[in-house]
Amino acid sequence: MYRAKQGEPCSKRPLLECVDLLKRSRAAFQAGRTLKETFRLTQLEAVVKMIESNQNDFVGALDKDLHKPQFETIVSELILIKNEATYAMTNLNKWMQPQSVEKNLSTSLDQCLVISEPLGVVLIMGSWCSPVQMCLVPLIGAIAAGAAFFFFKSPLTNGHSGGQSLRIVLCAGNCAVISPSVYTTHTAQLLDRLIPSYLDNECFHVILASMSDLPEVAELKFDHVFFSGNGQDGSRIARAAARTLTPVTLIIGGKNPCYVDQHCDLDATAQRIAWARFHNAGQSLVAPDYILCHTDVKEQLVEALKCCITQFYGSTPEQSHSLGRMVNREIFNHTRDIIWKSGKVAAGGQVLEAEKYIAPTILSEVAESHAIMQQEVSGPVLPILTVANVEEAIAFINGHEKPLCVYVYSSNKKIVSKMMSETSSGSFCANDSILQSVMVTLPFGGVGASGMGSLHGCYSFNNFSHKKSCLLRSTGFECVTYLRYPPYDDRNLSLMAWASTLSQKSQGWCQIL
Amino acid sequence: MDAQKKIVDRLRTSFRSGVTVPEQFRRTQLNNLIEMLKDSEELILDALHKDLAKPKFEAILSEIDIVTNELYYAIANLSSWMQQEYVSKNLATKLDECFVKREPFGVVLIIGAWNYPLQLLLLPMIGAICAGNCVVLKPSEVSAATEAVLAELIPKYLSQDCFAVVCGGAEETKALLQNRFDHIFYTGSQTVARSILQAASIHLTPVTLELGGKCPCLIYGGVNTTSAARRLVWAKFFNAGQSCVAPDYVLCSAATRDLLLPEIQKALEDFYGADCKKSPDFSRIVSPRHWCRLMELLGKTSGKVVIGGENDQKERYIAPTVVVDVAEDDVLMAEEIFGPILPIITVESLEKSIDFVNSKEKPLALYVFSDNSSVVRAVLESTSSGGFCSNDGIIHMTLPGLPFGGVGASGFGSYHGRWGFETFSHRRACMLRGWALERLNGLRYPPYTEEKLGWLRWTASPKTSCTLM
Repeated sequence: MYRAKQGEPCSKRPLLECVDLLKRSRAAFQAGRTLKETFRLTQLEAVVKMIESNQNDFVGALDKDLHKPQFETIVSELILIKNEATYAMTNLNKWMQPQSVEKNLSTSLDQCLVISEPLGVVLIMGSWCSPVQMCLVPLIGAIAAGAAFFFFKSPLTNGHSGGQSLRIVLCAGNCAVISPSVYTTHTAQLLDRLIPSYLDNECFHVILASMSDLPEVAELKFDHVFFSGNGQDGSRIARAAARTLTPVTLIIGGKNPCYVDQHCDLDATAQRIAWARFHNAGQSLVAPDYILCHTDVKEQLVEALKCCITQFYGSTPEQSHSLGRMVNREIFNHTRDIIWKSGKVAAGGQVLEAEKYIAPTILSEVAESHAIMQQEVSGPVLPILTVANVEEAIAFINGHEKPLCVYVYSSNKKIVSKMMSETSSGSFCANDSILQSVMVTLPFGGVGASGMGSLHGCYSFNNFSHKKSCLLRSTGFECVTYLRYPPYDDRNLSLMAWASTLSQKSQGWCQIL
Repeated sequence: MDAQKKIVDRLRTSFRSGVTVPEQFRRTQLNNLIEMLKDSEELILDALHKDLAKPKFEAILSEIDIVTNELYYAIANLSSWMQQEYVSKNLATKLDECFVKREPFGVVLIIGAWNYPLQLLLLPMIGAICAGNCVVLKPSEVSAATEAVLAELIPKYLSQDCFAVVCGGAEETKALLQNRFDHIFYTGSQTVARSILQAASIHLTPVTLELGGKCPCLIYGGVNTTSAARRLVWAKFFNAGQSCVAPDYVLCSAATRDLLLPEIQKALEDFYGADCKKSPDFSRIVSPRHWCRLMELLGKTSGKVVIGGENDQKERYIAPTVVVDVAEDDVLMAEEIFGPILPIITVESLEKSIDFVNSKEKPLALYVFSDNSSVVRAVLESTSSGGFCSNDGIIHMTLPGLPFGGVGASGFGSYHGRWGFETFSHRRACMLRGWALERLNGLRYPPYTEEKLGWLRWTASPKTSCTLM
């Protein structure tokens, strides 16, 4: 752990520390430290062990940071991470297989493969809403990624008659520098303490840096930068990474719209929306941020949502053990101030300053011009706008930036289909929320203003790998290759064109070269 | 500039109308491109000859045919690429539809380069069309004749509401980049790439960068020097060495070099005759500025020119040239050569060669010539590059099944074949649920209890291996 020298400005610390850690990670990577056959599996197992053995510490830290109920911590952070790691371990072998590709006439005797390579050292900057998950899920991807299993056949001209010798080569995984959000200080410190005890100390490091320092960190020469958070910070990070031509993955929060149609199971709708919205005290990148409700069902929806709040949190939610608190004073103040400026408070609205508590709140009669619709808002507040029909909802959604998620609640398959095909977003879910962003088999990521790149399962693996195309030829057979050499001959060209068309008819394409 | 903004706005309006999304529209554009190439082959070949003195054979192979093949490949596979990809589900989602849907980004900008002015613009464009995007093409102004031909032909064959060509130089490109695009695809240099990435970061626009680099060519172990020399010479001097994937320099032992040189000489004579300048099959340098740059390198090198060196400023001709005794810090090793000059650096051992390669930026392509499979394996597993080819050069990028792209300093992202389609698509996760199983859902709702947690943990256990959440 870096020890500051006397008088050294605090802000310099993370950067200096990071330069050193990056150097060590890169040296470890280049020395082939991640090359050992079982390295990646061991590291992934270590992540699982870290989660399992320290459950109470994680629950405690998130309780201090977000007053997160133990249930939520276990289900939405710990189990999720464990699943991701287990899934990666189970499928690593499959993902590592080189992809054989279709060959053409000229390469029919060659090996044409796509193999996955690690990128090197990845910088992971997690967001504060899901502070453990947003660091460890990309970390799992980075560890798993890039390994390549490849079978190497020796060329026939090498004097090996008949059979071919197979060699299995296992390549490295990435190294990583992890920067958990300092908003959730206890969780960040926990990760800072635990990661060195479980993961390889030369390859994986934690730094504690504030958002203002992170762009400078991102400017150091990493091989990939992962960031989750808001758009302004995301843009700063992207700009910093641009200086070193470093590819980035950005998961950017915004405002996720949710259309509620007149034909839907209103009770289930209200329950699913309320759960998604008030989970983690509304501090989520993927919860529905506002409702576009069909005029016919607006009143019923508000009533049903009110019932859910009571059902979930009782009549005095501030005493419920199932509700979290705002992460810090700044965000608490921001949300509290906005509540009374936007529409009508149909439920909730109460706050407790000392606890940074905001009651689950429903705002009705909200208009686009209201404060809550003009900016990103974190907290258990659900604004409801009214629309005449699905077309109006779609027009509204398309008049704004592409969000991480678009939600629709409707029993009418045509409406669902329309909403899906006429809007764009990172992900889409009909008749529920959030679930589509936690499945290991579905990609989680944004598009447009909500970001680029994706996570989970094989998507993480691919995100942190380089797909290297490999053509392995022998010099033995000149085959059709001679046709391409000068002196150029129209006859050779015709021959190649003729062979091309032959293949086109049978395969639809060919390149004779 | 206003005119450019109007173009981008027009394309965006078209995209929003949904016209580029149906498969039929995409197919029509692809078929129209095939027609365009068939109808205008002579026009295009003329322009390529004006720009680069490209021999007709090279132009057909590396510009027209490669694009035509990609078009046929895309047409044959488009339907399957566009299919929704269903994924495996867990206990909670058993009754649901979970799939990944490919969606277009919107309006994409493709910036081409001058060395393969047609291919480097149209191959990515094919991927963008297949994915359902509108496209703004920005050809390189350095290959001015091809730029003019494309500006004339594209509006004739493709929908003018959805595709546009913007011409001009650095100023026009800078102005163009002030507009918001939904994806930017750039082929060219690192310096320009940096400013493109910075402009893109304002709108969080994803970018694909196809950059060059010095592609090393290692020759170790036993090798059939005649074959190796022919393939090396072909790959190096095709388009007069102006290819981003041309072998930039050779690393080999002194003994190998001595065996190789006469074979290279022979191959050159076989290909271009005794006087290369008279051969109609050898290209010229694209511009006086690049000719001067290359001549300056030859002038400043401390290596020894053993083959070639002849030149003619008026014709922008530089003979295929081989330089030996090149030190690691020679001026020829400072940056990508991009011309018909081949330095040979003598490094006795394979290990030292690999170290040398790894001390430099990751290149777009890496080559090794060897009959010894363990040599090829050693290089493949200990180095990183965009692409890799053993015992040949360049041709790994002609297979549509292989992704073509860089890593590290040579760029990120890839295209060709399905890879192009994926590069220009957004993979949207979709989950369509019903109302059933609300009781199962109930396990996740507050008030939280130990009992509910127990059930959820059971469903997430390795035996059932799923997440209910």
